[in-house]
Amino acid sequence: MAKTTSTTVPHSATSAAAQQAFLIKRLLTSYRANTPQKLKLIDAYLLFVMLTGIVQFVYVLLAGTFPYNSFLAGFGASVGSFVLAANLRMQVNPRNAEVMKMSPERAFADFAFASIVLFGFVVNFLG
Amino acid sequence: MLGLTNTSESAWLRVTVLLLISVLSISTRLFSVLRFESVIHEFDPWFNYRTTIELVENGYYNFVNWFDELSWYPLGRVVGGTVYPGIMVTAGLIHKALNGLNFPIHIREVCVFLAPLFSSFTAIAAYLLTSEMKNTSAGLLAAAFIGIAPGYISRSVAGSYDNEGIAIFLLVFTFYLWIKAVKLGSAFFGAMTAIFYFWMVSAWGGYVFITNLIPLHVFALILMGRYTPRLYVSYSTFYIIGTISSMLIPFVGFQPTRTSEHMAALGIFGLLQIVAFIEFIKSHLSANQFKLLFYGLISGFFLLGLGGLVALTVGGYIAPWTGRFYSLWDTGYAKIHIPIIASVSEHQPTPWTSFFFDLQLLMVLFPAGIYFLFQELRDEHVFVLLYAGTASYFAGVMVRLMLTLTPIVCVASAIAITTGLEAFLSNTETPAAVTDSAAAATPSEKKTKEGKAVKTSERKKKDVGGPVQGVWTWDAKLALVLPITFILIQFALHCSWVTSNAYSSPSIVLASRRPDGSQHIIDDFREAYYWLRQNTDEKAKIMSWWDYGYQITGMSNRTVLVDNNTWNNTHIATVGKAMSCSEDVSYDVMRKLDVDYVLVIFGGAIGYSGDDINKFLWMIRIGEGVYPKDISERNFFTPRGEYRVDDQATPTMKNSLMYKMSYYRFNELFGGGPAYDSVRQTQIPNKPIKLTTVDEVYTTENWIVRIYQVKKPDNIGRTLSAASTFGKKRRRRVRGKPRSAAKAGGRRRRDDD
Repeated sequence: MAKTTSTTVPHSATSAAAQQAFLIKRLLTSYRANTPQKLKLIDAYLLFVMLTGIVQFVYVLLAGTFPYNSFLAGFGASVGSFVLAANLRMQVNPRNAEVMKMSPERAFADFAFASIVLFGFVVNFLG
Repeated sequence: MLGLTNTSESAWLRVTVLLLISVLSISTRLFSVLRFESVIHEFDPWFNYRTTIELVENGYYNFVNWFDELSWYPLGRVVGGTVYPGIMVTAGLIHKALNGLNFPIHIREVCVFLAPLFSSFTAIAAYLLTSEMKNTSAGLLAAAFIGIAPGYISRSVAGSYDNEGIAIFLLVFTFYLWIKAVKLGSAFFGAMTAIFYFWMVSAWGGYVFITNLIPLHVFALILMGRYTPRLYVSYSTFYIIGTISSMLIPFVGFQPTRTSEHMAALGIFGLLQIVAFIEFIKSHLSANQFKLLFYGLISGFFLLGLGGLVALTVGGYIAPWTGRFYSLWDTGYAKIHIPIIASVSEHQPTPWTSFFFDLQLLMVLFPAGIYFLFQELRDEHVFVLLYAGTASYFAGVMVRLMLTLTPIVCVASAIAITTGLEAFLSNTETPAAVTDSAAAATPSEKKTKEGKAVKTSERKKKDVGGPVQGVWTWDAKLALVLPITFILIQFALHCSWVTSNAYSSPSIVLASRRPDGSQHIIDDFREAYYWLRQNTDEKAKIMSWWDYGYQITGMSNRTVLVDNNTWNNTHIATVGKAMSCSEDVSYDVMRKLDVDYVLVIFGGAIGYSGDDINKFLWMIRIGEGVYPKDISERNFFTPRGEYRVDDQATPTMKNSLMYKMSYYRFNELFGGGPAYDSVRQTQIPNKPIKLTTVDEVYTTENWIVRIYQVKKPDNIGRTLSAASTFGKKRRRRVRGKPRSAAKAGGRRRRDDD
């Protein structure tokens, strides 16, 4: 790592932390610059869904798993929504166009279908 | 022909051939119905049948909350939470649909014909799956194979109303949808996979195979560096919907989060998230910047996950492998620790003959198909290879798992044949080869299907033009195509022979041949069960070995102590103890369990080898596992270590309740002369057996089922053995004569008193 980045940041090359910080900074700029607006919207949704999952998980750690099926249903809904939205993001991402061979409309219909199925099961499992 | 275009002609051919295969795969399973009658076979299907009746008569909600008081007598059984309801609900829905369409059909007919119907669906699913792997010609061939392969027919003949009947269709179709999902990267197909997986979970415990095989496929693809967003989309959709849906089945419950069988799927799900995230980061950084971080992160997370899993398992949060699955890895485990698993005949290792008996030609073509798949090795081929490898191993460990091997063998063999044929049937006009192979294939009904499959593959290949080379001349092609046609015909003949002779006998009626060749039906089981149904109190409790539990509740409608759902080993061991101890000990056990009747199966008179004396050793072993003080297996063997029932049998053997009940009055059959047991091939000692705690109340025509009633306790508080000898001793002393009435047997003598 040190060798590859040394050309761009000669002075902080010795410090690993600085490297990491640099990488993350670079990642963020690249993300801001290269991501279409639509994908950023999905990412915001992903972030929100992830937060709901984390909140539920922390609550379970604090309060215990007594209605275990309710926890699993709620947490599963969070994970499921996250995953399905991530699917949608991959399918509509222009970078993946040659791998996915799928129109954005079809991808959205798939997303809607899978979500309906997921929430059908989740509501049944909620108890 | 008929002036159709090439594409529509091949489409019509495909539809026709598939229809013929469907019809064939249904009709080849009807031997038992045509020969005997439309009844439920075997043991487990009787329980499925009984629960289906409950479902149809009382509705779904009563079925789900059903507490069955007729089984496991003092305990009862919560059926809704201990059963895979898929097959019952499927049959119930079909019944409802048919009745809704004004085809009033009895639920028994639906149950009997469910497996043949689903086997035709399996053929179609195999067609779809193989078409994804190679092309539609291979698909047709695979459909034909699985339609008639005895390895699958053995568990899906008409009347075999068992979970496997629909489970194999669901297995193959789930795999088809999975392949489709991986190929397209479509969330729709991922969700469909999960829905069919849900149906599969509701139908059969073998769903664990799917939950482990699909993650294995994903893992292999990741290791091969074949990760694509398609893989992420298909697997994570499948996993999350499939897992939540599978937890809706009460019998499965929280297992997907708590048992080791399901942890591979969870681990791969986690791994896939990490891989996807890393790919995402990678897309924003240059490749060489990222390389080190990539490998560090992925292996770090992976090891962390694995370590966490191990820690959770050791810490007891995740249950380790259950005995049934563990015995697949450690093949000696069941025999030592859980005799009840080892006692089931279909849990034994498979001999190589049964591979050829069940799959014949396919067993030979299977490795060739695998080889061809290796050559091409697309993503979906990796799946077939993994499926083939794991299923072969499991089928080698356990006879029963031959069933999961059969679909993949059919697929691989179809690919092998198609690849072989298309090399020799393509490129040139080969009128001779086409007409010859088609003509050779047409004569009999069963062969047309294969002929057609061959024909379509030829037809499709013929369109490709190319130069003629030395080996590809028409006579060389003929030399290859004719033998292939011949072995296919031979395979079809073998399949129908095996189906007809080996797998089409309902075990509740026994068929034998008279010397003149006419059929003689031995119907002792139903005779006895019907006697119980008609002549005993409704609340009577029947004690028998667990094998007959389902049939007794199903046919006699009486309460049993143990049945084929062997969920309570101690209870079974108690019954084993009652069967294998002396009468006095057994009587106490039977009184405590409130037993009214004892039913034993005895095949010594007619040569029925699956009787209780042959199963007796397992009763002893299972009993000994729980009551080592009361029962010792060693005591049932002669000093030379032999298991005998003749005059050299040990006193423990001769005093055991099972021995006494089986051979009670047996020598009367031979007019008091030496009694000959035709199963054990030995002479049974002539000395009449005295039963003091039970009365014989019924013995069927051929002595297969013997029913005894447990006596009430003695009126003045003596033990029953003392009570029975009381009068006799006195009488003998008074008359001072040796017993002359020995010939009449114990029953007569007791009547005289």
